[in-house]
Amino acid sequence: MVKFFRTHVLVCAGTGCVASKSIAVKKALEVELAKHHLEDEVQIVATGCNGFCAAGPVMVVYPEGIFYQKLKPEDMPLLVEEHLLNGRPVETFMYKDPLKKQIVPKMHDIAFFGLQELRALRNKGIIDAEKIEDYIARDGYFALAKALNEMTPEQITGEIKESGLRGRGGAGFSTGLKWEFAAQANSTIKYVLCNGDEGDPGAFMDRSILEADPHVVLEGMIIAAKAIAAHQGYIYVRAEYPLAVNRLKIAIAKARDFGLLGKNILDSGFDFDVEIYQGAGAFVCGEETALMTSLEGKRGMPRPRPPFPAHKGLWKKPTILNNVETYANVPPIILNGARWFNSLGTEGSKGTKVFALTGAVNNIGLVEVPMGTTLKTIICDIGGGIPNRRKLKAVQMGGPSGGCIPESLIDTPVDYESITKTGAIMGSGGMVVIDETTCMVNIAKFFLEFTQDESCGKCAPCRIGTKVMLDILKDICEGKGKEGDVETLEDLSVTIKSASLCGLGQTAPNPVLTTIRYFRDEYDAHIKEKICPAHSCVELIKFVVNGEVCKKCGKCVKACPASAIAWEKGQTACIDRDTCVKCKSCITTCPFRAIE
Amino acid sequence: MAKITFEDLKKIKEQYRASTTLREGGARAKVSVHMGTCGIASGARPVLKALVREVEDRDIKDVIVTIAGCAGQCTQEPMATVEIKGEPPVVYGKLNEAKAKEIFAQHIVGGTVLEQYTVEERA
Repeated sequence: MVKFFRTHVLVCAGTGCVASKSIAVKKALEVELAKHHLEDEVQIVATGCNGFCAAGPVMVVYPEGIFYQKLKPEDMPLLVEEHLLNGRPVETFMYKDPLKKQIVPKMHDIAFFGLQELRALRNKGIIDAEKIEDYIARDGYFALAKALNEMTPEQITGEIKESGLRGRGGAGFSTGLKWEFAAQANSTIKYVLCNGDEGDPGAFMDRSILEADPHVVLEGMIIAAKAIAAHQGYIYVRAEYPLAVNRLKIAIAKARDFGLLGKNILDSGFDFDVEIYQGAGAFVCGEETALMTSLEGKRGMPRPRPPFPAHKGLWKKPTILNNVETYANVPPIILNGARWFNSLGTEGSKGTKVFALTGAVNNIGLVEVPMGTTLKTIICDIGGGIPNRRKLKAVQMGGPSGGCIPESLIDTPVDYESITKTGAIMGSGGMVVIDETTCMVNIAKFFLEFTQDESCGKCAPCRIGTKVMLDILKDICEGKGKEGDVETLEDLSVTIKSASLCGLGQTAPNPVLTTIRYFRDEYDAHIKEKICPAHSCVELIKFVVNGEVCKKCGKCVKACPASAIAWEKGQTACIDRDTCVKCKSCITTCPFRAIE
Repeated sequence: MAKITFEDLKKIKEQYRASTTLREGGARAKVSVHMGTCGIASGARPVLKALVREVEDRDIKDVIVTIAGCAGQCTQEPMATVEIKGEPPVVYGKLNEAKAKEIFAQHIVGGTVLEQYTVEERA
């Protein structure tokens, strides 16, 4: 029999909250519970990522569903005595709405959670990721039982195809079609691979799914294996995700124990097993052919397609590779049907998409919304708007392969087609919010530095082209830009996009192209007037206080580590440029953007 | 452990249904024991423990036993409020372990309100 606890305390043990010391909070909680002899009544559950990482360490207390944030170990005595012993939830640790300035006690009333539609993340923060029973209690492996016992491989592929599910890794190819090609390929040996090589700066969707709900990925993979008649699978996950790897290992061991992996799964006669392969973290290994080369034990480099992996993939055998989030969508589709899945979304993009919302936004974290939700809803409602009374400038989507969507297009619905039209890409789900203090040329430079560094070097357009582009961008940011630089960047982009071997090079110029398209004036200001309108590029800042804008508050003086600012009450501050070390502390601190 | 079948999956799901109900809502009934200082002083904790034990012993999956703050009628403590889905809440007072067990059996499981233990709502 399963022990009954009147209260469940779900402590987030995702990477974000662990980093902000949630394990210490959990330990303090255990000590306090023991002190009040509540350990038989209150159950503590360590969950995967709850999603609201900026508020971490977070905790949810059921049955009330009270959400506590930014907890410290020393908060536990009060919390236990008041809430868990006396039944009085503690307001001090609750979330405060940044716009309405009101305390919101229940998790589902917080806009960040309330406006989301959880499908791929349906188990996040509500189950113990290391307990297979918790997963089964939420219909885990029921889809697998249905697929193995009641469906033919054709029916499985048909259902996935009809659902309209498209690859969540970025390219958005039809998952059903991919499976169909591999199913039709003639071979006794086939492979099912999972791409957990999440590499976009700031993206952590896949890591969170693996940490919070590893079994859903396994279940999705076994269903895929049945659909294409494969008996071996590999999960390629980066070694930089130790918690995800560990949870996966536990999940695989448990699933084997239960006979959900291995021979004769659920007494159906079907065999399938999975192994984890840890990648070293090269960005290019997220590209499918490079990933397979790396899995084969060779240096991770892409190769030309065709032949496509569905015909000749891993060890030249028919192979399907899907992203973590794609697999997480599979079990609910099998269980609830294609129509349930595609009732949500837009014409070409069905279901939901998970985004890692970060940057200049109040509520940073993991967000799952129906396809077709506007950027405005995500940033202003779920994200709670821009902090420090600053203005929204742009949204970067798709990471180094994506682009910047300007504020004027904030009503764009988030679906594959609409985002592609703006010049950005849906990508795997990175969404970085940019405010007026960020220089768009510098953003382009940042992403190009990344791709240039991660370019594997196999093909010349990517290896040399990105280097030349980066040099030009560096010059522009340092005030050494020349007339015609923008045109050169555009020319190079066209060549690199069309001549590169794989997706890395083919998309590398996107951040540059979109910033030129929407923020050409900033490029021109850097090149012609030698100024950086966002006051971000150090070489182009004069470090002079504009007396007309300065409100004489003196905040910059306190911020300056070099004591380079002279100021008296009621006077405009004055920067001594000989002492100034150009650290920009004054610029970041000034609420009025008075330093130019 | 032995390899499981679809039937075993269903059994595991049923065993853990109490947890699922608690975290996701959808309980048929909820009992809140009021845990103000006066409530605890007059014996709310043994009442709570008795109710928790009832759920466990009867292996019931759709009832939530929880705590709430002071109900404001100190003379009636220990108190508990029983809320059955679709029915108005019933407040019980001057409880002890035996009464709590009786209320669990008669009201929560059986559906009959034990009028003799209820508290008149103050106007």
